[in-house]
Amino acid sequence: MSTFLEVQDLTVRFHTPEGTVHAVNGISYELGEGETLALVGESGCGKSVSMMSLLGLIPIPPGEIVSGRAIYRGTDLLEMTEHELENIRGAEIGMVFQDPMTSLNPVLTIGRQITESLRVHDGSNSEQAERRAIELLDWVGISDPANHLQDYPHQFSGGMRQRVMIAMALACSPSLLIADEPTTALDVTIQAQIVELALRLREQIRMTIIWITHDLGVVAGLADRVIVMYAGYMVEEAGIEDLYEDPRHPYTLALLAALPRADRRRHSRLKSIRGAPPSMLVQPTGCPFASRCEFVIEHCWSANPPLTPVVPNHRIACWVDIQTGDSR
Amino acid sequence: MTRYIIRRLLQAIPLLFFISIVAFVLMMNMGDPVATMGGRRAIRPQDRERLTRQLGLDKPIAVQYLYWLAGNDWDKLDLDGDGVAETPGRRKGVLRGDFGTSLVHRGKPAMAVIWDRIPNTLLLMIPAEIVIIGGALLVGIYSALRQYSALDHVITAITFVGYSMPIFFIALLSMYIFAVLFRRWGLPYLPTVGMFDASVGKTPLQVTWHMVLPVFSIATISMAGYSRYIRSTMLEVLSQDYVRTAKSKGLPRREVVFVHALKNASLPIVTLVGLDLPLLLGGALVTESIFAWPGMGRLFLDHLQRADVSVVMGILLITSVAVIVFQLITDVVYAWLDPRIRYD
Amino acid sequence: MDSTAQTTVALLLHTADELEAPPLTLRQLFWRRFRRHRMALFGVVLLLLLVVYSFGGPLVFSEAYANATDTSLRLRAPSAEHPFGTDAVGRDILARTIYGGQISLMIGLLAMLVEVVIGITIGALAGYFGGLIDSLLMRFTEAWLNIPALFLLLIMARYFGGRIPNITLLNRTFSGSVVVIILIIGVTSWMYLARIVRAEFLSTKEEEFILAAKATGTPHWEIIVRHILPNATAPIVVSATLSVANAILLESYISFLGLGVQPPTATWGNMLERVASNEIIQNAPWMWAFPGSLIVLTVLSINFIGDGLRDALDPRSRAV
Repeated sequence: MSTFLEVQDLTVRFHTPEGTVHAVNGISYELGEGETLALVGESGCGKSVSMMSLLGLIPIPPGEIVSGRAIYRGTDLLEMTEHELENIRGAEIGMVFQDPMTSLNPVLTIGRQITESLRVHDGSNSEQAERRAIELLDWVGISDPANHLQDYPHQFSGGMRQRVMIAMALACSPSLLIADEPTTALDVTIQAQIVELALRLREQIRMTIIWITHDLGVVAGLADRVIVMYAGYMVEEAGIEDLYEDPRHPYTLALLAALPRADRRRHSRLKSIRGAPPSMLVQPTGCPFASRCEFVIEHCWSANPPLTPVVPNHRIACWVDIQTGDSR
Repeated sequence: MTRYIIRRLLQAIPLLFFISIVAFVLMMNMGDPVATMGGRRAIRPQDRERLTRQLGLDKPIAVQYLYWLAGNDWDKLDLDGDGVAETPGRRKGVLRGDFGTSLVHRGKPAMAVIWDRIPNTLLLMIPAEIVIIGGALLVGIYSALRQYSALDHVITAITFVGYSMPIFFIALLSMYIFAVLFRRWGLPYLPTVGMFDASVGKTPLQVTWHMVLPVFSIATISMAGYSRYIRSTMLEVLSQDYVRTAKSKGLPRREVVFVHALKNASLPIVTLVGLDLPLLLGGALVTESIFAWPGMGRLFLDHLQRADVSVVMGILLITSVAVIVFQLITDVVYAWLDPRIRYD
Repeated sequence: MDSTAQTTVALLLHTADELEAPPLTLRQLFWRRFRRHRMALFGVVLLLLLVVYSFGGPLVFSEAYANATDTSLRLRAPSAEHPFGTDAVGRDILARTIYGGQISLMIGLLAMLVEVVIGITIGALAGYFGGLIDSLLMRFTEAWLNIPALFLLLIMARYFGGRIPNITLLNRTFSGSVVVIILIIGVTSWMYLARIVRAEFLSTKEEEFILAAKATGTPHWEIIVRHILPNATAPIVVSATLSVANAILLESYISFLGLGVQPPTATWGNMLERVASNEIIQNAPWMWAFPGSLIVLTVLSINFIGDGLRDALDPRSRAV
């Protein structure tokens, strides 16, 4: 599998009147073509920001991309001009956002919102664009698509709106789809439908997908590989099976333990992670998870562990071997 | 949508009713109509009586209101005082556009007097509105896109000052600069009096030339205020999720701002424009008097000074109705523009 | 910022945002926050200066001097003796702006009080009782809103103008028209405040502490005045502040058109009466420049203050 996207040491900060927020702290990973990568972590851990900064979608000021490279097909996305980025957005990389209620323009028809990228990127005329739009809506599972082109977003339900968003993102047949918490704002049954859509994307089109979520349960049947982020740092990266069967980072462990499971003993309490996420205003001297970690040792407080491979294709950022309790 | 329009129309009726009562009460208190009717001459007692009966002033107040509103040509008056009503009245009432006869232009129906002047006022107000909306959009959008720049700060300062100025100050200032000083410096200068130069005649060029300063005076304050409003509306809209989505699709910035953002930002602006008519009318009043422009505003002032009740009341009512109608139109336009309301 | 970035930065950023702008230093970013407050501060200082000017000025010039006509001195340009020049009947403009300022400022303040009383009363009753009372009051309010204010004001000024005799207060004699002006401005400007108060009442009266008060038998007026009204102070204060500016402007318009405060009592507005004659415009710009600028400065400072107050007290409402 060729490397499709390579992110090296991406660091993003926000300058606010209250201080500097260290949103993303030196994350690096590689994405292969046709792969589905899941980016998992709590709200505010920097997963969305890291993706959006690739496409130049974070406001600069107050944002600042301090360092890093994002090599996509040989060129560094972070070095591109706005004009060059405009050619990539939508055409090569499509994005789906979290809240379909607010992410669709309420005063434009959905037909218009789908066809406009076709017009801009593919140079389609309105007829061709409309035909493609109907195709797309059909593919994402909207019945009677031709008649819905003139409808407005508020006339759709939440799940349908999200499908429309996906159709919009897929309009110009991009090579990479970034989905930023696409199911978080939807209820569980609809969630399943959207995930199923994504699976179809994977199987039928071999789409490369980055799926951002805070819910480890959602990615189980979907992702090839998972990156776990905490406080702007990557703390674990592994193949999906590896992660579920052999999680090595205390945070991942805690996340998995916190998942409500059907096969749990009744009347046992749901496990939650004690403590709260750290303030992003301060860069930690030690490991950012130290205050909430079950396996914390002395060393954790003084040095921030780098991301290192423990087994092939499985990296973690931790000083402790959670199976033995010893330091590494 | 039609239901919405009908509902708004029905809502307008009690408004008009209230307004007519306010106007009527004011009118009743504006001095002695009999004396004003008689002009400067003293009135003989029997004439006074006859006039009193003719004007319906001997009737109870509710009836007077009714006559004023709906006329009295459908009823008979007792003009000769014998207790028997025999002469049919001649008033058609406000509802049919009869505001009475002008006291200043003796005998001429007030409506006709007013109607003559309305086009002149429209000639100022319509271009002013266009300038206001166009100018405010330009400045507002520009400063929203260039937020924090030095130019943005300068524009903010100017707009603040702009809407803190009374209209007559702007008018006088612009008169002084563009008419007096320019003339002194030998530059082409703008005229400040009337609609056209009598020696040249009422040509379109003359009128346009004479329009410049008055329109500018009327437009400045509203333009300053609106541009700030548009700026903050645009800023708010630009921070919305759907703008981010538009950007993520790779749409050129021009399209993101002027289609995706502006279309949403323009909705509250439509409402604002609707509310502006009363201020615009007031502005026209002051401006017309400064520039001696023969419009309805100046007519109002003149006739107010000379106690011509029918003309004054007529103008008040016409302008109020115009305001209501205009607001109705903007409400409907808003509902039509916003698909969330249109398709409900 | 979009919703995701907002989650990341949490409640730290409450500035509104931008699509793109050239990179700013931290300093420039902070300056924007201070700027708002700086403007308000500037407004306060300016207003204080104007108040000192108007109310401290009498220590330098007597009222008799301000009203003293001397046609031999008419229309003199600004000089050492008459720093603001003289008017068409030879009165010193500087002195007149001092005494005129007192009246203009006072009218602004008192008219605002009238407005506030009427506006709060109607808004509170409409918002609190709802139903038919609300409907009627709101139609009534809307009707007043629809009548172009200036026209109505002029009519009322003309016909009620002469009815109140001169008053003597604090060593000054005012034309009765001052009271008339205050009342009619107040009576035609309360609508905006009424709507704001009504909106506040409509939303607050559903709150639980109100239901609790009602359940314990608190009388209506007490709920209105002691429980709900204090919650509405922020928008009321902002609206009241801005309405002072509005009142000063309206008075200047009416007086400019000759129907306001009658001479010899000066106001900044009536000092501008009849300046539209060619002679004055061409040759005596000081006649309108000084009083006019004072009006602009006053209104400007109040607008700054109002803007700052709005930011501080009521950030929900949109700044204009």
